[in-house]
Amino acid sequence: MKIAYYPGCSAKGSSLDYELSTQAVLKALGIQTVEIADWNCCGSTPAHAVATDLSTALCTRNLALAARQGADLIATSCPSCLSNHKHAHVRMQDPDFRTRVNELLDEPAPEQMPEMTSVMQLIAQQCDSDQIKSRVTKSLTGIKIAPYYGCLMSRPAELMQFGDPENPTLMESLLASCGADDILDFPLKTECCGASAGIPHRPLTARNSGRILQLAVNMGADCIAVCCPLCQMNLDLRQKQAGKAEGTKFNIPVLYFTQLMGIAFGCDADSLGLNKLCVSADRITDKIHALSTAAKEAAQGGKA
Amino acid sequence: MNETIDLIRSKDPTFQQEVEAESGQNISNCYQCGNCTAGCPAALDYDMMPNQVMRGIQLGLRDKVLSSQAIYMCLSCSTCSLRCPNSIDIAGVMETLRHMARRTNKVGVKRVEKFWLSFLDTVRTFGRSYEIGTMALYMLRSLRFWTDVDLAPQALMKQKLGLKPHVIPSKESVEAVGRIFKRYQERAKREGVRP
Ligand code: SF4
Ligand code: SF4
Repeated sequence: MKIAYYPGCSAKGSSLDYELSTQAVLKALGIQTVEIADWNCCGSTPAHAVATDLSTALCTRNLALAARQGADLIATSCPSCLSNHKHAHVRMQDPDFRTRVNELLDEPAPEQMPEMTSVMQLIAQQCDSDQIKSRVTKSLTGIKIAPYYGCLMSRPAELMQFGDPENPTLMESLLASCGADDILDFPLKTECCGASAGIPHRPLTARNSGRILQLAVNMGADCIAVCCPLCQMNLDLRQKQAGKAEGTKFNIPVLYFTQLMGIAFGCDADSLGLNKLCVSADRITDKIHALSTAAKEAAQGGKA
Repeated sequence: MNETIDLIRSKDPTFQQEVEAESGQNISNCYQCGNCTAGCPAALDYDMMPNQVMRGIQLGLRDKVLSSQAIYMCLSCSTCSLRCPNSIDIAGVMETLRHMARRTNKVGVKRVEKFWLSFLDTVRTFGRSYEIGTMALYMLRSLRFWTDVDLAPQALMKQKLGLKPHVIPSKESVEAVGRIFKRYQERAKREGVRP
């Protein structure tokens, strides 16, 4: 199977760390993808908020490029890019709408275009739990993780096909395969963080993100694991703004699930972009290191 | 009394049909349980709650609904759609209303639209979106020069904001994306709607 890869714009800027850690994890697991040459922005929220045909045309150009590249499947890390391309794929089945979109493109879209999936689902599809376990050199055992998906990854349910739209569990499965044994049942896991309202309407985002951070802290989480560049930015870069909204100061690391997997696989910090995090993940990496070293020593001691 | 008269005067029976046709949703099915509003993460900032928007459509309050701020503040998170006992895709209805409002030049929250247009300007120009460019254009459009300046030092230090635009490497592709926007804008002009 030929798998194309769509990084999305934030991969080149605000979520470079997601991109780096995604590539590191895919490499460690031996999953090969080829980036779509000359991909363009999907238009994100602004395009679909303004006009469905514009959003669909932008996405269709990418789907068509991947089709011409001979891809069977496209993977992307970003839930917003994923949602837009999936919507485009479905909407293009309506002949009248297709005509309107084709009018915007240089050439009509090909009849058959590959589907898009999330990197998270791609990993789960390509590797079973044992294969993931076999890569682990530093187990995530003993780390209390609050899994947070945000609103886009699992909704709308029929479109995203991501399990229970209010209680997805795929991230937990992958982290469990990496040894995580203290993953919280996090009630706000699919609550919206405030999304792109951060710029035009900051109080809304600060309040929503603040609630999520506060609950994670109250539940004693060591860190929050995320899978969306916008959620990560709202919870990490905007953590101070969110703290003000809650009348407190937060200090909790917010890592991409791929960064946690990469740490478990023993990838070095730079290759996972850990230095890009605003709230340092040092105390997480230190704890993982200390616990896994202790566990190894105990195991050796047991053998001796 | 006055309220009742106003309602009757402003009732536009074709409004519900138009919304239903464009969104593909059956608005009559809404029985005002309020689930959509209860779960909405943005409702605190709305002038009309999601269930009121639905009722407004049923009552044919075209002006009131299309001029609302709510349809511009909606985050498209789909929580409402998921929890509606009548399976109405409220998020889809909100998006349809936003499109209808823009087509008739009704912009309930101007700064939100300014943000969208600033973002899309960078895509039109470079083929990919570009954070600093979006911010700069947004500040110019909205004259909100203090927007997120508190984040700038940290964001720059962590190289979270690329100073250079993210441009598609091939010039031909940048132009191809530009042509999508051009055709879109020309068509909007032909059809007499706000692009
Ligand atoms: S989609 Fe919009 S209206 Fe519906 S719950 Fe989300 S923010 Fe509220
Ligand atoms: S959840 Fe559905 S039925 Fe209930 S008020 Fe909202 S739209 Fe109407």
